Amino acid sequence: MDRLLEVNDLHVSFNTYSGEVQAVRGVNFHLNKGETLAIVGESGSGKSVTTKALMGLLPKPHGFIKQGSITFDNTDISKMKDKDLQKIRGKEIAMIFQDPMTSLNPTLKVGTQIMEGLIKHQGMGKADARNKAIELMNLVQIPNPEARMKQYPHQFSGGMRQRVVIAMALACNPRVLIADEPTTALDVTIQAQILDLMKDIQKKVNTSIIFITHDLGVVANIADRVAVMYAGKIVETGTVDEVFYNPKHPYTWGLLGSMPTLESDEEELFAIPGTPPDLIAPPKGDAFAARNRFALEIDFVEEPPMFKVSDTHYAATWLLHEDAPKIEPPASVKRRIESMDHSEEATRS
Amino acid sequence: MSQEKLVEVKNLKQHFKLGRNNVVKAVDGLTFDIYKGETFGLVGESGCGKSTTGRSIIRLYNSTDGEVLFKGDNVQGKKNKSELKKFNRQMQMIFQDPYSSLNPRMTVMDIIAEGIDIHGLAKNAEERKAKVYELLETVGLNKEHASRYPHEFSGGQRQRLGIARALAVDPEFIIADEPISALDVSIQAQVVNLMKKLQKEKGLTYLFIAHDLSMVKYISDRIGVMYFGKLVELADAEELYKNPIHPYTRSLLSAIPLPDPIYERNRKRIVYDPSQHDTSEEPEFREISPKHWVLCTTKEFEAYKKEQQNTVTN
Repeated sequence: MDRLLEVNDLHVSFNTYSGEVQAVRGVNFHLNKGETLAIVGESGSGKSVTTKALMGLLPKPHGFIKQGSITFDNTDISKMKDKDLQKIRGKEIAMIFQDPMTSLNPTLKVGTQIMEGLIKHQGMGKADARNKAIELMNLVQIPNPEARMKQYPHQFSGGMRQRVVIAMALACNPRVLIADEPTTALDVTIQAQILDLMKDIQKKVNTSIIFITHDLGVVANIADRVAVMYAGKIVETGTVDEVFYNPKHPYTWGLLGSMPTLESDEEELFAIPGTPPDLIAPPKGDAFAARNRFALEIDFVEEPPMFKVSDTHYAATWLLHEDAPKIEPPASVKRRIESMDHSEEATRS
Repeated sequence: MSQEKLVEVKNLKQHFKLGRNNVVKAVDGLTFDIYKGETFGLVGESGCGKSTTGRSIIRLYNSTDGEVLFKGDNVQGKKNKSELKKFNRQMQMIFQDPYSSLNPRMTVMDIIAEGIDIHGLAKNAEERKAKVYELLETVGLNKEHASRYPHEFSGGQRQRLGIARALAVDPEFIIADEPISALDVSIQAQVVNLMKKLQKEKGLTYLFIAHDLSMVKYISDRIGVMYFGKLVELADAEELYKNPIHPYTRSLLSAIPLPDPIYERNRKRIVYDPSQHDTSEEPEFREISPKHWVLCTTKEFEAYKKEQQNTVTN
């Protein structure tokens, strides 16, 4: 398979008054051509910081890449100069942000904002850029694009604004699209529309997408592969089916268990106790150990390596070690997976 | 669950004037009851008026029309100080944003004890302290936290403080306006578990306002679905999810992403088109099957009913 982007042992830190916050602590992943990789995790798990590092958008000088490499198209972009990076950013790798209101300029017409990238990166003339912008607005299904181009962002609804942002991101046919919680600020019905739109566009223009979210439902909808992040590390990665139907890491169990199913009538949700660790002084051993009811003694001493479950499925938990006691996922998570198996049979028959 | 009505909302209207000829009908003729000891969920998209409803019920707005009865007494209208005090003790609110709903310049002790002080629920400083400590423990914090300021807490902990503050005056009815939307998934489950536990222990009644339908389904006994200031469907939580009738409810349910990849691949989204309704007749809220209400016209009512019978016989 074609690897478009590869991240190796990425460490990102921030200097603050109280010390160095190690937001990302050794992340490895890759992105294949035409696929969607979802990165899930709680706030503070380092998922946004990882993608900001990819785009060279870390706030300087207190945010910096401490270690590791980001290979895009056989070049390491993590050590590139800003000037060279500008040629890639927006053109080869584009980004969609969470809040469409703050990522659009309120004083510029929407059309101007979509045309900006075309004129800058593609060297288009104004008339060409205008036509292309209309084409893009059609692609993201904004009705009546000629008139809408002349309007300002405040005249658009939340869902329509996000479509504008997607149109801007797609302007230069990027090979990688990074979407940082693009649907979190939207209503469920609008969210469903935007997700359908993104899948549709991906089919048409064949970009790879890195999709950041904390919503596992959204992940199941859009992703081909999933990486679960916790405290600056990827703790489990695999195809969607592997991670949802055969989760191995207790943190993944916790995430799945803390969402109620529509069928469930359980008295209590399987909540993960406590709060995420302080990344100024990350705990010794497994960062999740303190909140993990299945933690082994070794979890507090040594960090688990990535254990292989299948060729595509890996998880960083000592439970997968051959000497570890056999521990089954908690009952509520098992029931959830079993109930999903029924849906599998139903769709097959 | 008893059938005693704790809150009765009757034809509640909340209109906001925006300039001379522009009126926003945020809530437009809402009627429903909340029974003692139940959790009533209110769902809908942003802007549908669900938060406004909650705020009108607790008197944060003066309603344009209609009335809200709490244990038979009208909530709205003029009240003197002592009446207001009595009312305020019975009804409390938990807000969405745990960052902006706690005064950053007050200690946790003072935030939680504010209601205790106003209502004179503690005889002396000793008792006040003891009450705050007890409340902190009830919501899963400890007494060392009492001397701290809100910024020293995480989002989930702050929401616990908000709950402790609401509980301080021993209310019977709590309006929770999107209490978990600002929290992380794993923390959401903690707060929801806590709210359920407290309800069991203290016999609380909740109005739970949210847009996260799976969580609402989980916590609520009955659910009302709002669309543009009106209730379009009202039923028991189980019934609403198994047997949604109004096309808007169906579209809303079909849009929830579930953590199940195979289901998601085969999902059929239903799109709601408001123009599908017959506009020649003003729709009314009608009971289709026992305790299941839908906003519909006479014709739609007949059609829905027939559909119902078909699903039952099949």
